[in-house]
Amino acid sequence: MAKRLGHTLILENTPSVLSFGAVGSKKESEGPLAGYFDQLCPDSTMGEQTWEKAECRLQKDAINIALNKAGLSPGELQYIFAGDLLNQCTSSTYGLRDLGVPFVGLYGACSTMAESLALASLFVEGGFGERTAAITSSHFCSAERQFRFPLEYGGQRTPTSQWTVTGSGAAIVGQKSVPPYVRGVTIGTIKDMGITDANNMGAAMAPAAAETLKQFFRDTNMAPDRFQLIATGDLGKVGSALLLELMEREGWKLEGRHADCGLLIYDAEKQQVEAGGSGCGCSAAVLCSYILPAIRRGELKDVLFMATGALMSTTAVQQGESIPGIAHLVWLSNTER
Amino acid sequence: MALTPKDYDQMTKKASPNTKSWRNIPLAFLIGGLICTLGQGMMEFLAAQGLQKDEAAAWTSVALVFLSALLTGLKVYDNIAKFGGAGTLVPITGFANAVVSPAIEFKSEGLVLGLGAKMFIIAGPVIVYGVTAAIIYGLILFLTGAH
Repeated sequence: MAKRLGHTLILENTPSVLSFGAVGSKKESEGPLAGYFDQLCPDSTMGEQTWEKAECRLQKDAINIALNKAGLSPGELQYIFAGDLLNQCTSSTYGLRDLGVPFVGLYGACSTMAESLALASLFVEGGFGERTAAITSSHFCSAERQFRFPLEYGGQRTPTSQWTVTGSGAAIVGQKSVPPYVRGVTIGTIKDMGITDANNMGAAMAPAAAETLKQFFRDTNMAPDRFQLIATGDLGKVGSALLLELMEREGWKLEGRHADCGLLIYDAEKQQVEAGGSGCGCSAAVLCSYILPAIRRGELKDVLFMATGALMSTTAVQQGESIPGIAHLVWLSNTER
Repeated sequence: MALTPKDYDQMTKKASPNTKSWRNIPLAFLIGGLICTLGQGMMEFLAAQGLQKDEAAAWTSVALVFLSALLTGLKVYDNIAKFGGAGTLVPITGFANAVVSPAIEFKSEGLVLGLGAKMFIIAGPVIVYGVTAAIIYGLILFLTGAH
């Protein structure tokens, strides 16, 4: 059973991430990680009638790819933990409704992949299921219409804004067998430093990321140099710079170990995505296409995967409220001890 | 020392790149100017065909609105706007784009609750406050007898 140290749970049965699937679309196929994806659909409608249906399709494809790779059928999963950015978690509930697997819907904004992977791992750790799945998605077009402007509206993006990734990542967790092993989980606290600019999500999330990371190091008595990669979800350029500065203030040096999924998935300059990629599909797709396979192959030994979320309500922001941030952390390792 | 929201605001300002005004303002001037020159050209042409000045102006507005709606439908207008910024927003073409783009976007929720209800989601406030301002100034003119 997992051991609790402060806000961190150290897993003793170290469940394995058995299999993973990552899907994306056109913009992702033009980015630096294109070669790592399982599937890249050049048509962002995915052959569907609406953007919401297109995003449902992303989730369906990602989970099916992950299941196929592991040689499993949906019936062999005991629980599925899923979420996305849309109201009522549309893409997860509609996308996965035909699976017939006990379903836990989650909303953690862009932090949902770490949240779902943490819970999926803890359920296996606790013996509540032999196999569980974690999946999230986002779609540029469905996010734009819900949070911002119609696609054809003529406007300019501010340099701090980020581009929602069209993609999904699914991970299947099972009992200890192959790397990557899930060794620890830190559930983040909500942190709000008063940022009100909905076009600067990186700045809204960076304090939460710093808080969770410091909490993990304090709880476990470990230092950043133990990890080859500390991957944040979607802080982008602005949030990443702020995270490094916030950590530095308290004497933690992350330089050379930190990378942000939002900056890995796109070439920010060439692809004109301003401060980088975002969305829960961003960290999910980068985790399932690039990070998890690298841990399995042994190219990365210990990784902290920390997805970051801006828990923004458009209604609350219009009422003058600031944007709370959250970050959840999962410690993934190539070795079980 | 604990970080206060005020300190963090300073840090954020330092870390956030500024809008590229040196590029955006001249481009807005250029593209906006081009749209207005096109309008002026149309008006001159129509006037040369024998139309009254106010008639020529009305037809020019109609033509520009049509052109903007067409380019929005063809998914071209937003690309011009990415380049031209405020230059495409301020002229009447920007207003047409603000009406047509939500109409296209929300068609998937049906002709009534989607297209019909959401068509003025961006342009609505402009109409509301435009009409309100017109009434207020009209009243002032009427009451002061300045007309």
